[in-house]
Amino acid sequence: MSGTRLPAAEFESEEIALASAPPGPDGGPDMVQFLDPDGRLNDHPEFGGFSSGTGAERLKALYRDMYLIRRFDQEATALQRQGQLALWVPLTGQEAAQIGSGRALQAQDYVFPTYREHGVALTRGVRLSEMLRLFRGITNGGWDPRENNFHLYTLVLAAQALHAVGYAMGLQRDQAADPTLAPAASVAYFGDGASSEGDVHEAMVFAASFNAPVVFFCQNNHWAISVPSSVQTRVPLAQRAEGYGFPGIRVDGNDVVAVEAVTNWALEHARSGKGPVLIEAFTYRMSAHTTADDPTKYRLSREEEDWHPRDPLARLEKHLRTTGKAGDAFFDELTKEAKAMAVELRRDVQAMQPPGLEERFNTVYAEPHPLVQEELQAWRDYEAGFIGEEETS
Amino acid sequence: MALNTFHLPDVGEGLTEAEIVSWKVQPGAVVAVNDTIVEIETAKSLVELPSPFAGVVSALLVAEGDTVEVGTAIIAVEDAVPAPGEPTSGGPAAQAPAPEMPGELTTPPPVEPAAGPENGPLVGTGPKADAVRRRPRRAAGANTPEPEPAPAPPPAPAVPAALPAAGADGTGPAAGRPDPRPGPLNQLLNRVLAKPPVRKAARDLGINLADVPATGSSGEVTKQDLMSYQAQRDAEQDGADSFWDDRKKHGAGRIERIPVKGVRKATAKAMVQSAFSAPHVSIFVDVDASRTMEFVKRLKASRDFEGIKVSPLLILAKAVIWAAARNPSVNATWTDDEILVKHFMNLGIAAATPRGLMVPNIKDAQNLSLKELALALNDLAVTARAGKTQPAQMQGGTLTITNIGALGIDTGTPIINPGEVAIVAFGTIKQKPWVLDGEVIPRWITTLGGSFDHRVVDGDLSARFMADVASILEEPALLLD
Repeated sequence: MSGTRLPAAEFESEEIALASAPPGPDGGPDMVQFLDPDGRLNDHPEFGGFSSGTGAERLKALYRDMYLIRRFDQEATALQRQGQLALWVPLTGQEAAQIGSGRALQAQDYVFPTYREHGVALTRGVRLSEMLRLFRGITNGGWDPRENNFHLYTLVLAAQALHAVGYAMGLQRDQAADPTLAPAASVAYFGDGASSEGDVHEAMVFAASFNAPVVFFCQNNHWAISVPSSVQTRVPLAQRAEGYGFPGIRVDGNDVVAVEAVTNWALEHARSGKGPVLIEAFTYRMSAHTTADDPTKYRLSREEEDWHPRDPLARLEKHLRTTGKAGDAFFDELTKEAKAMAVELRRDVQAMQPPGLEERFNTVYAEPHPLVQEELQAWRDYEAGFIGEEETS
Repeated sequence: MALNTFHLPDVGEGLTEAEIVSWKVQPGAVVAVNDTIVEIETAKSLVELPSPFAGVVSALLVAEGDTVEVGTAIIAVEDAVPAPGEPTSGGPAAQAPAPEMPGELTTPPPVEPAAGPENGPLVGTGPKADAVRRRPRRAAGANTPEPEPAPAPPPAPAVPAALPAAGADGTGPAAGRPDPRPGPLNQLLNRVLAKPPVRKAARDLGINLADVPATGSSGEVTKQDLMSYQAQRDAEQDGADSFWDDRKKHGAGRIERIPVKGVRKATAKAMVQSAFSAPHVSIFVDVDASRTMEFVKRLKASRDFEGIKVSPLLILAKAVIWAAARNPSVNATWTDDEILVKHFMNLGIAAATPRGLMVPNIKDAQNLSLKELALALNDLAVTARAGKTQPAQMQGGTLTITNIGALGIDTGTPIINPGEVAIVAFGTIKQKPWVLDGEVIPRWITTLGGSFDHRVVDGDLSARFMADVASILEEPALLLD
């Protein structure tokens, strides 16, 4: 009698649509934007003075960074699909937020990233192939954080916000002890998902209490794995700063020029002793959460299509071409450069070997330790007991 | 001019196998690095795999539709002829890395197969599926008992495979030949849901959780349920020890006087009125409810019914509504000079409550979808158990179900709710031997009992109604009619 009332597919699509009703790509009137999705560059009354310039060379450099890191992302994804990496965390869609903020940093600033900040790593000068060692599963770190003031990737998210605040408080003390040091700030990168975690709250409370020189850079990419940002917060994330007592700014995270200007301002604010700032970069994760994730299971392709016209690379390319700041020659050259980078990356990754067990003994303590040396010797003797090649893995 | 084989990678953190959905290349095709070669489906998603090699496809080693372990060689690609490729389509990539690729990628195909199915890496990062082998040792003491044992075969694999297989199997444990094991499906169906502290408390109190009526939102036994069950049991059991001795309490008499009032009084009156004014005819039928159990299990697992308590009572309720439409006289009232046939169903559910027996009903149950009906049943049960049933909820019933099975009773002769002409008693569902196609096999069996007012419902009509209800329990798919 009531065949139509039995559970049917119509239930499902309704529920999905309800659960994931996206806030839409429009970030609201308060969002700082210089470069609109059509490639038109406008000035901004408040932050215009903080941009490092919109000349051809500057914009081309920013575009190059974004293009290379996207190509890197694609190659790493392919390497994962080919079994060369255990996992990959794609950043596609967030290039402007990462490159823009990264290029605003100065050498003495210190970055605490999540595991998705490949673009920031590029601006800090971390070798891109080095970053893949972690994802190949052959190291716990991958690079020396002190070399580029770019901390190791944090895998258990939100913890890095606390680290950043602690580091910033350390900077304050260094500064007090030695006023000749260049003023510095630390930056905590995190996302809309981590913003719901207690660590971020504690970090912001401490940062405000101690007026720490830290910039909280939140990339609101709208999805915490499968949970939409509408579930994380009822108000724009940037507004939360007000409750802690420091400024919060929402910036168009797909506009590299605006992100750079706003981050410049925030860093200067922090370095000059005025305390922390929260930046919410309003952006979109155009790809999966990781290569082990399938976003088609929880979000609609309509939403992805809504964001497509706001692609950070597309709008800057439009601007460069329509204003004549760059032409085919620039883009062709860049394509070639990216391809060469990908080939080199692939070669580097395939040449990476897992560490031998012997290395483990060397990393128990910072300095040689008699007990460990003894154990190492015992292990060597044990290994020598086997027939055949003595390899250490 | 080397032959490279590509081994199925673990593309999603801990996958052990994948299905080859479709090949995007055929033998003889020229591929460049990162050209899509195949689409696979893992437990997590559909994934396109890009080629790690440039060259000419020499063989597809796995057919479409096959599911293979991570680490299995799936395609062989021969290096491109050493003509210097143009920079287009990854040419240089092919040339530079190919000769110095790590060994695992250039392994000629026939090396690994023997080790195949035993040892897929649980968390594989790549093509290397090492056979776990004991390395031969140097003869140290000449006769050390180190006998080169064959690779100890882990006896594990069969067990985990069995569970999902039985669960997915259409008609459950009873389907095929008799299975010596108790059957994981049974265990799943019988499993009582409860949170760990409740489980512990039940164990400490010596209460079998299965006996406790559950009111949790997901059908779990809550702390409250356990406490009220315990209170009731205590009241009865504590009394048991001293029941025969303790007379002083009742004013030195041998008889305890309990005032008849409230629900008890109303129940008594209604039952007498019904039993002695309506001539009852009762009939019973045994039903194989295995498919109902399956259906309930599927509903529980479905997204739409997430968080909603689903029980066989839901299917019975639906069946009764369905059967009443086919036999309208059971949904009626006798008024001495008229028979009022109701074209709506206010389905009463007899519920044991702290205040006594209550028969609240679901108004216009005929208009409810399965999901709405489930919600209404939940709501009704929770309200009744909390003792909050309002009089209005008990008025205007047209037909009643009494779920005596919830108390572990097989069947009984129900007494019709006054003003109605039919009542269905739903017995417990348990596994019993059942003859199907000449074979005795365990099936989920229940007994339906029905009482009818003979003034309205004659024997043949009551029999047809009960047969209709039974047919739905035997095959819930008939509801789709």
